[in-house]
Amino acid sequence: MCLLTAQGLAAFTLITLGVLLKKSGAAQNVLRPRIRREIARAGVALLPMFLFVAVALGFLVIGQTVSAMARVGATQYLGSTMVIVIVRELGPLLAAMLVLARVGTAHVIELGTARALGEVEALEALGIDPVHYLIVPRVIGMATGVFSLTVYLILGALASGWLFAFLQDVPLTPGEYFKQIAGALSWLDFTLLALKTAAFGFFIAVVTCYHGLAQPLRLEEVSRVAVRAVTQGVIVCVLIDALFIVLYLAA
Amino acid sequence: MNESLSRPVIEMRGVSVGAMRAPTLTVLENVDWTVAPGEFWIVAGPPQSGKSDLLMLAAGLMPPQTGCVRWWGAETPEADETTRRRVGLVFEGGQLFNQLTIAENIALPLRYHHNLTADAALAAVKPLLEGMELTPLADVVPPHVAANWRVRAALARALALQPDLLLLDNPLTGLGARHRHWWRRFLDQLGRGHEWLGGRPLTMVLTTDDLSRLADWDHTGRRFAVLRDKQFIPLGSWREVETSADPAVKELLAETEEQVKASSW
Repeated sequence: MCLLTAQGLAAFTLITLGVLLKKSGAAQNVLRPRIRREIARAGVALLPMFLFVAVALGFLVIGQTVSAMARVGATQYLGSTMVIVIVRELGPLLAAMLVLARVGTAHVIELGTARALGEVEALEALGIDPVHYLIVPRVIGMATGVFSLTVYLILGALASGWLFAFLQDVPLTPGEYFKQIAGALSWLDFTLLALKTAAFGFFIAVVTCYHGLAQPLRLEEVSRVAVRAVTQGVIVCVLIDALFIVLYLAA
Repeated sequence: MNESLSRPVIEMRGVSVGAMRAPTLTVLENVDWTVAPGEFWIVAGPPQSGKSDLLMLAAGLMPPQTGCVRWWGAETPEADETTRRRVGLVFEGGQLFNQLTIAENIALPLRYHHNLTADAALAAVKPLLEGMELTPLADVVPPHVAANWRVRAALARALALQPDLLLLDNPLTGLGARHRHWWRRFLDQLGRGHEWLGGRPLTMVLTTDDLSRLADWDHTGRRFAVLRDKQFIPLGSWREVETSADPAVKELLAETEEQVKASSW
């Protein structure tokens, strides 16, 4: 069963990539508004929630870490600690999980319902490639959304983290705090952050769309499939994260 | 004469048809069927006899379990996109896209295949909307439209790309008398050659489960077939149906008469 799902997912990923590249310029007047809508849904619409999470993350995790490090006189490690914890790991993974929960589940339900109602066959009957029309906008929207939201989440968390430390009377100026973080960042962090978040978005979209679209569904099966898709989405994100840890260590 | 115009529109040879929702299940076996250009076929059969599955197969939405299906001489899996666009399909119930309005549904194939802007596509489908009396419903989404009009909108959507072959899955099911009359008249016009299609006669295949009204489809040049016991039985014209000595055909006619009597009670 797991092998079959993995094979199906791999095949669906290749088909999606193939359509994405082969039909990149086709039906732009139809695709562009759909892509804009997906970016708004997987990005802009989630911004208020992400700002809230960023502040919460900054107060709960970063602020306390900064305070603890200041107490033991280890503020010289602050920059590298923040980069490893927030920029490389927690920021991208948390952003991916939130987008998966908020938008990925909606993908499964929408596409599963469309499949159950025969809308996919209706597209095929009109000569419209369902992968091009339904999946490509979601993949682009989610990859862009996860990347952008991760950037906002990291910036918001780092800023609110310093604010918490300031409220705790930690002797650390904003200039020193951000200088340390900037000093710990390298070009590799920016490159891998972009690649990792885009990969999270791409694969979350592929996994959720695969479960909604790739097999005929009855309406009563949609909720069960949504749960399975979210579980597999989490697993895929963790595997991608593990792959990027290897890349960081190898670099 | 264009070579493709003289070729059979649909050719099925030794075809076994699987169920659309359960592809491993066989609903029809050994189907040999040829649809010539300009023909209008009525395929009748009771519910669950495989009518929709046969039509989905003919529309290229699923492969045959065995045998081969050709459109204008090209096997359907290998048919290019241009050939595919020559086939229009009206699903039972319409199967419109619920998130789009009626006008957007009809305009979608034009927008997608000709890369039109929304305004240009809506202007292009205006005559279709007017001709099918759908203008008042143009900005309404399908869930808020009566079933009678949804199927009509699905017909407009299928005609938007000006197909050469139109497949209609049980389009008259559940329609009121006025709509049934409209459909019969409109399909007759399409069969003779409608101005929207440049006056060329449209090849059509229509399925129905209403055996009691089979004789209503009697019209010059129309051809009939029935589905029963997993078999596709071509019967020819209505005159041939009535004069046939085949016991299966006689049995069908007897059933038809019984249904007519039952429905008149």
